[in-house]
Amino acid sequence: MPHRTFFVFIFPSILAMVLFITLPILSVVVQSLFVQHEAVLITVENCTPFGCETQTRVDTAAMQKLQADQPMGQFAGFANYLNRNHLAVDEIGAILADNRGFGDVAARIFNLPFYKALSFTLVYCFLVTPLAMALGFAIALAVNTLPGLLKGPTIFVSILPMIITPLVGSLILAWMFNPSGILGATLQSLTGDPTLSLRASPVLTWIVLLVYGVWTNGPFSFVVFYAGLQTVPQDTVESAKIDGASRWEVTRHVIMPHLAPLATFVALVQLMDNFRVFEPIVGFSAEANATSLSWLVFNDLVGQDAQLFGSAASTSVITIVGVLILLTPVLRRTWREFNRKAV
Amino acid sequence: MSVATRRPVALNALILAFLVIWVIAAAFPFAWTVWGSFKVEADFFSRQSWWSAIEGTRTQAQTGGAFTLAGYDGAWVKNEFWKAAINTLIVTLSVTLISLTIGTLGGYALARSGYRYAFWILIAALIFRAMPHITLVSGYMLPFFQLNIWGVLPTTIIVLVAINQPFTLWMLHSFFLSIPKDLDESAMVDGCTRFQAFRMVIIPVMWPGVITTGLFSFLLGYNDFAVTSMLLAQENQTMVPKIASFLGSIQNEGNVMFAVAAVVSATVPLFILVLFFQRQIVSGLTAGAVKG
Repeated sequence: MPHRTFFVFIFPSILAMVLFITLPILSVVVQSLFVQHEAVLITVENCTPFGCETQTRVDTAAMQKLQADQPMGQFAGFANYLNRNHLAVDEIGAILADNRGFGDVAARIFNLPFYKALSFTLVYCFLVTPLAMALGFAIALAVNTLPGLLKGPTIFVSILPMIITPLVGSLILAWMFNPSGILGATLQSLTGDPTLSLRASPVLTWIVLLVYGVWTNGPFSFVVFYAGLQTVPQDTVESAKIDGASRWEVTRHVIMPHLAPLATFVALVQLMDNFRVFEPIVGFSAEANATSLSWLVFNDLVGQDAQLFGSAASTSVITIVGVLILLTPVLRRTWREFNRKAV
Repeated sequence: MSVATRRPVALNALILAFLVIWVIAAAFPFAWTVWGSFKVEADFFSRQSWWSAIEGTRTQAQTGGAFTLAGYDGAWVKNEFWKAAINTLIVTLSVTLISLTIGTLGGYALARSGYRYAFWILIAALIFRAMPHITLVSGYMLPFFQLNIWGVLPTTIIVLVAINQPFTLWMLHSFFLSIPKDLDESAMVDGCTRFQAFRMVIIPVMWPGVITTGLFSFLLGYNDFAVTSMLLAQENQTMVPKIASFLGSIQNEGNVMFAVAAVVSATVPLFILVLFFQRQIVSGLTAGAVKG
């Protein structure tokens, strides 16, 4: 295809992606170097019949002028990245300089907002991905043994947790895990602890969020593995059986190697997607016990009194760096495949 | 005839038990919430026993019937959820149509260009596909405020189209690769221009791939929370951010049931979608995977 025709065809797509993906990323990088203006305070004397008192208040007019002149705020360099709400360099230094052993260091670092979010994001990412894949694989093997008539309805039900709006799905589970909901109440009576609730127990919050993650991500692996199972070479399976391989040995040495490339694909996609975990934190109102990097950005943007664009932007940049690290294996794989095709 | 294909009874029982548990885990939350949405709060969130949600004791006492539409009335009529539903309809349909139109052209060009820059565009799309949406949103807010285009539906639609493009391009690119090159090339030998060949030869055979891709565009627009909740003003909200804002005002008695009813209402279209397009959704997911 000649260059000219190619660019005419692809121009609208490229324009949309440049305007709304490339530019925002650049804009985020620039914004992360700025902080919002400090409040301009003025002292006014307020006289009433009972005497005069001086009050300090925010000079709204001056603030508006400042905002109009420099909408991005003040230039701050890397201050946003290093402050307490992000990498917290000073705080970490203080903790490392003066602490009571490893447990103390871990606990105090975990209390810093950024590291709290980072640890949940990573745990979610690296626990949910393999567990959901294992669940998906098990469902795929099981559904594959079903008679034809039952397969359709089972697949239908199985893909519901994946297709559901993430916020809606997490709300549905959150209501069931509510202390007055069916699962929350059952948990309370099973453990004999009438105060057990998501709000009160960080451990329970993490477990429930992970359960939600596996529930909603499992079906994707299931669908992919189920399709992969249909292409397993039956000759190899037969000959392995003739050679005396047990059912488990056939699964382990014939089926699993056949599905390995698919598994890599699923793992890479799911790691990237799980790294941006966000809606369940909102849906489960879990922010007191578990936050994620995406949630931190969201929280800065919906800020009660002022939107912290600089702070949101620096968390965004750190998140993007994290995504790029997770993305390297995918890019290398695509690169290799392209070169193989080209040869 | 295959050797030893009969499974032992114990294994069959195990498989069946596992599947039953999974099907319950997958379906029960939906069934429970749909059922509960027709009850009052004291039943759905019963302090005594979840059995009262099934029998509807409080619902009976408060409304006189075992089922009540109070939640739906509160959400759809009192809180104007219908407006949000219309907005969702506008947003998702526009996103799907625009994504597909420009994505088909782009995906076709990528599939037919043998040059290296086509590959680089695909790599860039892959990176863009991985970007967390909320980080992009934090880049939009300030410029959109400055340009005074924040809060309205068209802005959100275009943003969702753009966010959706990388995926659409990849999907349609690999779909067009599966349509033989000879088809449009022979049309061009017969005197068609590239665009005529696309219109008269490719468009008639591309619908299966376009429908599958369209389903995923629809889902992205429908399921989005990050973009719609941050970029839409209160009066323009679509269903998902509207549900989130119900939660903000949850303290008031009865509001939880408004949210439950709204959640169930937002789930119904997805059910219908899966019911009719299960085959396409499954094949779309696997197409991406099998081809890498």
